[in-house]
Amino acid sequence: MSNTRHPHPNGEPRASQSDGRPGRNFNVVVLRQDGPGRPSYWERHIVEYEQDMNCISVLQKIAANARTADGRKVAPVAWDCNCLEEVCGACTMVINGRVRQACTALVDRLLQDNPEQIELRPMRKFPVIRDLMVDRSRMFNTLKKLKAWVPVDSYLDMGPGPRQSQENQQMAYVLSKCMSCGCCLEACPQYLKIELERKEGETEEEFHARERELHDRAFIGAMGIAAVDLFNTNPVGRMTATERLDALVAEGGIQICGNAQNCVKVCPKEIPLTTSIARAGRAATVHMLKRWFDR
Amino acid sequence: MARHRVIVVGGGLAGLAATMKLAELGVDIDLFSLTPVKRSHSCCAQGGINSVNSLTRQLGDAEWKHFDDTVYGGDFLAHQPPVKEMTEWAPRIIDLMDRLGVTFNRTPEGFRDQRRFGGTLFARTSFAGATTGQQLLYALDEQVRRWEVTAHVKKYECFDYLGPILDENGVCRGSIAQDMVSMEIRAFPADALIIASGGCGLIYGRSTMSMACTGSAVSRTFQAGARYGNGEFIQVHPTAIPGADKLRLMSESARGEGGRVWVPRKPQDPRPPQDIPEQDRYYFLEERYPKYGNLVPRDIATREIFNVCTKEGLSVENDRLCVYLDVSHLPRQLLDRKLAGILEIYEKFQGVDPRATAMKIFPAVHYSMGGLWCDYERTAEGGLNIGSPRNQQTNIPGIFAIGECDYHYHGANRLGANSLVACIFSGLITAPGAAALVQNLNGRAAAELPSTLYDRETQRHLARYKELLARPHDGENPYLIHRRLGDVMTKAATVVRHNDELDWACEQVQDLEDRARRASLSDTGNWTNQNVIFTRALVDMFPLAKTILKGARLRDECRGAHYKPEFVFPEIHATDPVQRRLEAEAWCDRFVENNRRWLKSTVASWSAEDREPLITYEDVDTSLIPPRPRLYGMVGGDIIEQVWRERGVREEAAV
Ligand SMILES: Cc1cc2nc3c(=O)[nH]c(=O)nc-3n(C[C@H](O)[C@H](O)[C@H](O)COP(=O)(O)OP(=O)(O)OC[C@H]3O[C@@H](n4cnc5c(N)ncnc54)[C@H](O)[C@@H]3O)c2cc1C
Ligand code: SF4
Ligand code: SF4
Ligand code: FES
Repeated sequence: MSNTRHPHPNGEPRASQSDGRPGRNFNVVVLRQDGPGRPSYWERHIVEYEQDMNCISVLQKIAANARTADGRKVAPVAWDCNCLEEVCGACTMVINGRVRQACTALVDRLLQDNPEQIELRPMRKFPVIRDLMVDRSRMFNTLKKLKAWVPVDSYLDMGPGPRQSQENQQMAYVLSKCMSCGCCLEACPQYLKIELERKEGETEEEFHARERELHDRAFIGAMGIAAVDLFNTNPVGRMTATERLDALVAEGGIQICGNAQNCVKVCPKEIPLTTSIARAGRAATVHMLKRWFDR
Repeated sequence: MARHRVIVVGGGLAGLAATMKLAELGVDIDLFSLTPVKRSHSCCAQGGINSVNSLTRQLGDAEWKHFDDTVYGGDFLAHQPPVKEMTEWAPRIIDLMDRLGVTFNRTPEGFRDQRRFGGTLFARTSFAGATTGQQLLYALDEQVRRWEVTAHVKKYECFDYLGPILDENGVCRGSIAQDMVSMEIRAFPADALIIASGGCGLIYGRSTMSMACTGSAVSRTFQAGARYGNGEFIQVHPTAIPGADKLRLMSESARGEGGRVWVPRKPQDPRPPQDIPEQDRYYFLEERYPKYGNLVPRDIATREIFNVCTKEGLSVENDRLCVYLDVSHLPRQLLDRKLAGILEIYEKFQGVDPRATAMKIFPAVHYSMGGLWCDYERTAEGGLNIGSPRNQQTNIPGIFAIGECDYHYHGANRLGANSLVACIFSGLITAPGAAALVQNLNGRAAAELPSTLYDRETQRHLARYKELLARPHDGENPYLIHRRLGDVMTKAATVVRHNDELDWACEQVQDLEDRARRASLSDTGNWTNQNVIFTRALVDMFPLAKTILKGARLRDECRGAHYKPEFVFPEIHATDPVQRRLEAEAWCDRFVENNRRWLKSTVASWSAEDREPLITYEDVDTSLIPPRPRLYGMVGGDIIEQVWRERGVREEAAV
């Protein structure tokens, strides 16, 4: 980390006690960044302990207080959240070195593991917008590239969808809980950050088109592979499986996966990503062979 | 000729359904949302979505009964034609969502499985585990992404809608929005504007809702002249987990699958719940409502829980109000297959496994039945004329309202699993109406209008933004004002309402508004400034807060979620049959008289000069199902129902 303003943690004042017992204060260090391309720096805050806190309520307290541990008035830390119950995927960040959702990161639990302090930093695989907020639009571009939808004819009334076994439903349900949180991508050694700057004179449209093109060539990640698996097992999605398989084996496809299995360990929705990767891998191999024979 | 465009504000179920259908009809859409649409609040919905289905049909169910349950559940305050049409569409909506890939739970034979929900005796609720809203939202999100790829839809995610743009005739010509990253404020020309911005739970501080549910988009449209209906009807859900930052919902599906609500008969019995034997438990809902049991409608369950804790002093804990919601008697395999999503939430936040130990829950603010007033076009048969631009259109020409932020469908109380269907329905039917409106515009498309109108509005909003940034630094903290607002609203305008408390709350809220309008920002930068977005949303909470309070203050009766003890009809206490009948007759007379006075929608419009809502009342279309006492087979209520039935027979004979 060449561009940190303070080496971390430095000699700023600390909360006297941080064993997480009621009435005590604890330390929170945040890796901040004022905007894209700006240097990042650590900042220490002292937060008053309350019962039932999670990292969102910690950040709310920091926002309400807006002062660092050494009493400097600072702008509140920027972060993303919405549902506060680990279902929207907005609040992903790296907490004490582990990528996870801030809303389910309970303070009591964190202080048990490390009574010294709680450390918050933004995900490393996505461009920082500000502080703990990152731009994850690449994930949504991946879903476009993979045609991750059921291609119905129309929204008119055509009766129910196909009947499905309980087993099939259970499998699909697990996969379709993916909330695009990005944990699996953050943990993956093969998933590399893409950050580009808007060129002078470039319109917003041109910039996004250029970005989209880069995203389309880069690794789709475990979440993308699982999406192909989901839609290619859907009875209607299966009818256009070839299109998704083409994308799966194209540049940035499944061949990049080194099978490190980090992804499955961090997925908060416990999606069996490595099973999906194996299944999709087999489908991809068959698809390649078929393409080769069809030539 | 320039192509017509429609703006949709909100990418929850309602906004996405409208967007997808409009795209299919060949209209281009600009879609705005505070968050990436996939992260919209609809993903929190847990329990399911209602419709009549082949199984319930064979037990005697029909669309008319779903319609009847909905208007009865809503204490007859909903206009009936939209509700009737919705319940008729509901089975087709579930079919459509099924085709779009929603992973609904299945029976062993491969059909969609259904569970029972509150306020009905039929198992009408389709579900995908206990994360149905998430699954429905994702299916629509995927379809809209498909239209994004073909350039029919342009998404503006992380944009804050600041208000509509009206021309000199008061017709909507677009909207203003701010990019929440770059903070740029821009005008977006459009020929119609659909508001689908969801609920306003954050006015109450903590609720079961998401952080984006501030009501800001609705308030800004209201302040621009749109009317607001039935503001005082706020649903308090009976079962939520008390928490410091949010009151997380424990879905009605827990009771739908057999969960039971109880308290120890001995106040604050210190034994762990699993050690308290059956005879020492008080299943108060089952005892008082043997017919519906734990599945009485929400307003009733909430009041009973509230009363058992406050009046009867039977709260499970000493220093905190809560009761038990127990699923520990149900087979683990069923719990894991059907309720895992919500049980995991309890386990994650409380550190206790609800499969083994009863959960501790208490009511929490959950849903707004009220919302932007909007119109409909009725057919002779009492349904809606689909394709009419009047459907869901507000009183401002060109502005529509759909989803939780409109005032239709639920009357004075919403039944569980009826919101998701109302959201998708209102989105789907608004598309052809809005398409007809923009395609038959006589006059120029917004894109061809001179830029002066748009420049003027942009400047006005820019000035407001600059004023916020330039405020002196020594003012009050907006986050603390928000907390106080939440406390006041929760105290005065939730389960039990008293006029003196409402008067007190009106004063408090006025004071807080004055303070919020002077509050200072701790961030005055011009990049991703969340402080600005929050403070502006806070300031815009006050018009809605005042509308809720004033509507509640003026409505001197009990109806659905609005409950004033002062106006409760006395229960029938007499044991002598003649006396009982007399009391029941008097009860019914009073019921008729009260409906004459109060069976009316509250309609508010905003007075910018006084910074107060002006309240008027509107008759409710109850032409299809006449109002009747809403007792849900309560013990002791049978005589009233009997007298009421006999009156009906006499009236029919007279006709
Ligand atoms: C915990 C919970 C569980 C529930 N479970 C069920 C259930 O099982 N069954 C059921 O029928 N109902 C349920 N409900 C109710 C139901 O989920 C909601 O009523 C419904 O999802 C609302 O959908 P919507 O499309 O109207 O709005 P939302 O999903 O709330 O979406 C609102 C959209 O508007 C956008 N927006 C808001 N303000 C602005 C602004 N200023 N500028 C730009 N965009 C803006 C937001 O970003 C978002 O995209 C539940 C509710 C809660 C809280
Ligand atoms: S298994 Fe593949 S996708 Fe998962 S972390 Fe490893 S390389 Fe990444
Ligand atoms: S697969 Fe899991 S970790 Fe990856 S984005 Fe989806 S929910 Fe998050
Ligand atoms: S806020 Fe939605 S996942 Fe944390």
